[in-house]
Amino acid sequence: MQEIAGTGQYPTRHPSVPTQFAPGDRVRVRATAPLGHIRTPFYIRGHVGMIERYCGAYPNPEELAQMRDGLPAQPLYRVRFLQSDVWPDYAGRPEDTIDIEIFQHWLERLDEGMVA
Amino acid sequence: MAKSDSDSESERPDGLIARGHHDMGGLPAGRVEPSEHDYAEWERRVDALMVLLSGVKGGAPRLTVDELRKNIEAIGPEAYEKMGYYERWVTSITQTMIQRGIVTTDELGRKMEQVRARQDVACKK
Repeated sequence: MQEIAGTGQYPTRHPSVPTQFAPGDRVRVRATAPLGHIRTPFYIRGHVGMIERYCGAYPNPEELAQMRDGLPAQPLYRVRFLQSDVWPDYAGRPEDTIDIEIFQHWLERLDEGMVA
Repeated sequence: MAKSDSDSESERPDGLIARGHHDMGGLPAGRVEPSEHDYAEWERRVDALMVLLSGVKGGAPRLTVDELRKNIEAIGPEAYEKMGYYERWVTSITQTMIQRGIVTTDELGRKMEQVRARQDVACKK
């Protein structure tokens, strides 16, 4: 566990789980559907994206929703996906992207050499 | 917007729906028609209630936005569609207050009876 000091735009003063990803890392969103309050949109689960930035660590909203403190805080990342990967019949430009902020426990590292 | 290819997972073997009813991003839908409207007095009150209970004006927080969301998402699909924005809010706030033990179900039921009786008297005048 590490203590993350406030960073101005994203002040966080909670005990936090260590960050596992850095900008540029390729990750897959876990394709699971537990009960409860979930911040990871259904349509993005199972998709592969790239870490765009680290946004700070925040108490886990899934735990906050159940009246617990959500600590240690979970790192939150902005993850970038290709629109054409997410929507099979996407009609826009092939380089169009969508950014979604996703907590670390919903992400798994895409191993080198794995097919996206 | 097109349907995501993960929609095939929306039914689970245990009969529960994987995709929450509220989680409708990417599902086929009609045009969004933006419109302005005035808020009713009760809607303003619900908004004020939420602000005060969240503790942003000082005082102990008695509700988090995550609890508010959880209890909005727990509203059944049919009711969710019929309810207005602030109707969902007040339903969720009420549920949260009961879950936290700030009011009991019995207290709520008795207060609702009182208010109904007061309205009945006012209507007969």
